[in-house]
Amino acid sequence: MENKKRPLSYYLLAGFFGLFVLFLYGPMSAVFLLSLQGPEGSLTFPMKGFSLMWMRSVFEEQRVGNFTDAFWRSLSLGLIVMVLTVICSMMAGMAFRQRFKGSNLIFYLTISSLIVPSILISLGIAVVFNLLGWGNAWYTSALGAHLTWTIPFAFLIMLGIFGRFNPAYEEASRDLGANDVTTFWQIVFPLIASSVVGVALLSFTLSYDEFTRTSLASGDTNTLPLEIFGMTTNVTSPALYALGTLTTIFSFALIALTVFAITYLSNRQSKPKRG
Amino acid sequence: MTTTKNQSAPAQPVRPSRAKPFNWKAIVPYLLVSPQTLVLLLFLVLPIAAIIIVSFWNFNGYSMVPGFTLANYITVFTSKVTLATYLNTFKFAAVVWLICLLISYPVAYFLSFHVKSSKWQTILFLICTVPFLTANIIRMISWIPFLGREGLLNQALMGLHLTDKPIEMFLFSDFSVILAMVHLYTLFMVAPIFNSMMRIDRALVSAAEDAGASPFQIQKEIIVPLSASGIAIGTIFIVTLVMGEFATVRLMGGGQVASMGNLIKNQIGSLQYPLAAANSVILLIVTLIMVFAILRVVDIRKEL
Repeated sequence: MENKKRPLSYYLLAGFFGLFVLFLYGPMSAVFLLSLQGPEGSLTFPMKGFSLMWMRSVFEEQRVGNFTDAFWRSLSLGLIVMVLTVICSMMAGMAFRQRFKGSNLIFYLTISSLIVPSILISLGIAVVFNLLGWGNAWYTSALGAHLTWTIPFAFLIMLGIFGRFNPAYEEASRDLGANDVTTFWQIVFPLIASSVVGVALLSFTLSYDEFTRTSLASGDTNTLPLEIFGMTTNVTSPALYALGTLTTIFSFALIALTVFAITYLSNRQSKPKRG
Repeated sequence: MTTTKNQSAPAQPVRPSRAKPFNWKAIVPYLLVSPQTLVLLLFLVLPIAAIIIVSFWNFNGYSMVPGFTLANYITVFTSKVTLATYLNTFKFAAVVWLICLLISYPVAYFLSFHVKSSKWQTILFLICTVPFLTANIIRMISWIPFLGREGLLNQALMGLHLTDKPIEMFLFSDFSVILAMVHLYTLFMVAPIFNSMMRIDRALVSAAEDAGASPFQIQKEIIVPLSASGIAIGTIFIVTLVMGEFATVRLMGGGQVASMGNLIKNQIGSLQYPLAAANSVILLIVTLIMVFAILRVVDIRKEL
């Protein structure tokens, strides 16, 4: 650290940054607190009593919906989307390390998936599946809708990862007589593994929280965000907040786990191996 | 004028083309890129094509009927609701964009120029990112305790005797919709601006300081131009997200607020698929025009 005196602008901007963080986390923490109220609890402050009853009520059979089923659906969908996104975007990232005819077209096709308004994609997929007589379901049409959202992000990150990648390692591996598959699994993948974990987390959470693209394409059964959205119109008890708190805690736990995994992987990578 | 923009220097060693019969190495990139392309063809290109086709179909009161009619487009263009809704949607996009920019620029500047250790940069950036990895719906709901009729804001105003009765307009108004959208989408602006600011050569700033430039001049002449591509990417994100938005408008607007996404959703709700499709096609065209306009002003290629 330098010993230079910090200018006034540093403190002003630091204050602004603090307010920004408060803006991001303030509302969420209010919901956490209000979900811990007693039986008389309402949707606003002040807190009335303290209990875990609203948390428990999330796991019970509800009049307005079944959250455990919706949760498992969203979890399974997120995991499928995660695996498919990582495979597709990693392969595409490898392809884009060299220029090939049509690479620009595929690049713009992928980016346009981010730019097209979400409601359009949802409507379009629903219409296609109806016209073809396949019927909409979370594991078919909603899966496709999620992939249009996760793949472009993953692809852009993969381009960044491979852009920084030093091809000398692979050349060395090939010079030693390894084939492409061996080179990939022994050299390339371990080097990018920590970034791939990040891409996986991003894909999962984008899918787990997706709302608009799923909204018309999930068929008869709802994913968790759709279920919660339905709940907002007819639930006025803190059970709504409890559900929000629980899913947010779930997201936080996943993020913490991923940060831990990334730190572990990159530490292992940077440590010199003896041998 | 026929020169291409390809800047590959002629000095580069040209690889000898090997194996005459079938150069299977040449198709490797196509094989690698095929799963992703297939997904996008099936779930992006095909659905858009379907919407364009359906937008010319008839509607018989309860379902769509194949055919060719311009009636849907005529309805869209002659309805006063459409124009008013578009204006309202543009208003949201513009206001949300401006607020996001005013928040994101100082935040990104603080992170990239004032925070010196890269460890703290990562930690603070992660702190900004975490809320964006949680469900949008929950983040919208979380404003109810603040803005509701008996929310903290009204309690505070009444406590300070600034108002006698609770103000209803905090929730279910343009104000709450904009607030929620800014809350949901600022990161899409912070991240690209932060990214391009991190690439600015610090020596430029020192040189300008040594040459006697004022802090304002440094911002105007160095930081803003060099982070323009980040601002452009953030702008594209915010504009496209807000233009197609309906969940926030539904939830925070409480049925009082109009937006294109909401209009389309309502038409789908009443099974008017051809009309919804026609509106979607126009929304897509409008959004693409806005994106191309941004790309004309700022070149983002160097960022990618």
